[in-house]
Amino acid sequence: MPSLIDFRRRIRSVKNTQQITKAMKMVSAAKLRRSQEAVVAGRPFAGMLQRMLANVAGAAAGNDSVKEHPLLQQREQKKVLVVLVSADRGLAGAFNSNVNRGAQKFMQELPGTEFEIEAVGKKGRDYFRRRGYTIAGDHQNFSRKPNYGDVAAVAKKVSARYASGEVDAVYLAYNEFKSVMTQQFRMVRVLPVPLPEGEASTDYIYEQPAEELLGSLLPRYVEIELWRSVLESTASEHAARMTAMDAASRNASEVIERVTLQMNRVRQASITREIIEVVSGASALK
Amino acid sequence: MAATFELEVATPDRLIVREQVAEAQVPGKDGYLGILPDHAPLLTELGAGALTYTVGGASHTVMVGGGWMEVLPASVRILATVAEKPNEIDLKRAQGALDRAEKRLKESGAMDIPRALAAADRARARLAVAAEFGR
Repeated sequence: MPSLIDFRRRIRSVKNTQQITKAMKMVSAAKLRRSQEAVVAGRPFAGMLQRMLANVAGAAAGNDSVKEHPLLQQREQKKVLVVLVSADRGLAGAFNSNVNRGAQKFMQELPGTEFEIEAVGKKGRDYFRRRGYTIAGDHQNFSRKPNYGDVAAVAKKVSARYASGEVDAVYLAYNEFKSVMTQQFRMVRVLPVPLPEGEASTDYIYEQPAEELLGSLLPRYVEIELWRSVLESTASEHAARMTAMDAASRNASEVIERVTLQMNRVRQASITREIIEVVSGASALK
Repeated sequence: MAATFELEVATPDRLIVREQVAEAQVPGKDGYLGILPDHAPLLTELGAGALTYTVGGASHTVMVGGGWMEVLPASVRILATVAEKPNEIDLKRAQGALDRAEKRLKESGAMDIPRALAAADRARARLAVAAEFGR
């Protein structure tokens, strides 16, 4: 039977943990709001680029120099690079294992293909390094305050490796921010650039030849896709951590309640025992 | 009401302008373009320079560091790689960048000439926009 002191100690320790989880929840909530704003702020550019790319691709379709563009080369997928966007830190519920497992499943479904990992975020890097995958690149501290220049540099490196034929395709793996409660794993191909199908809807005047315009838009597309996935992933990370820490705080409350109840029972029992002892002692004297 | 069109300027991390404007002067890759409402559809690459637009008689300027533009009769969308309002421009940094780029151009050698030229253009555009605003 644990003594009263043991109970008190346990309650104090759980309370301490709860304070930490509560603080982490508040911090994540504040960061979440900021990163959500960043996701929203990045949408107009991404949307406009998509539309423009579709139009230009339609206009330039059939042109030979388009088919030969280094970022559009379809090759047999022998060696594939996966850009894995995860968090640098844990304690975010299923956030990291979601990306890691999702990406691993994807790779296991394509046996015979060689994979390399370009890791953005420490957790993904560690997971795949432990499992013996090749880590082609390792980038950290992106999610603290996403910086376009840093992300663009990764995109350039990846594009260059693809253009030179070192890798045959590039995929992005990240958690998409659906809402505060749900984040969804996504795996999308960015290279070769999946050109939107369909005819050009408007008959544009082109200052430059359409294929030249396309050539300047394509590298930007890779940058933007990666940038967006980093923003989405950052928002997801904070949302996941906030939810996880909220659950942890509530669990702690439950534990405290239960232990307090047990402690009071033990206290009652000992008081009752003492009374019985006193009463029976007194009656023995009669 | 005078005819207007919608002007949107977006950079990868934010939407910087979204307004009904009467007129816009845009730094095209090969020289400035004037856009009025009901312009024919046009797609073009942009160079570094000052984007000027008129809202209700008042003129505004934004520094654009290259990008693309889509013109439709009722709207103009600009995708800028960088864009800054006059009060956001860091004068010292722009001047420093210009000096560095010019130095690199003089040394030439095996340096990346197009990149230095682009950097110089961006810096000049920043300085010009800032100067126009009396900073």
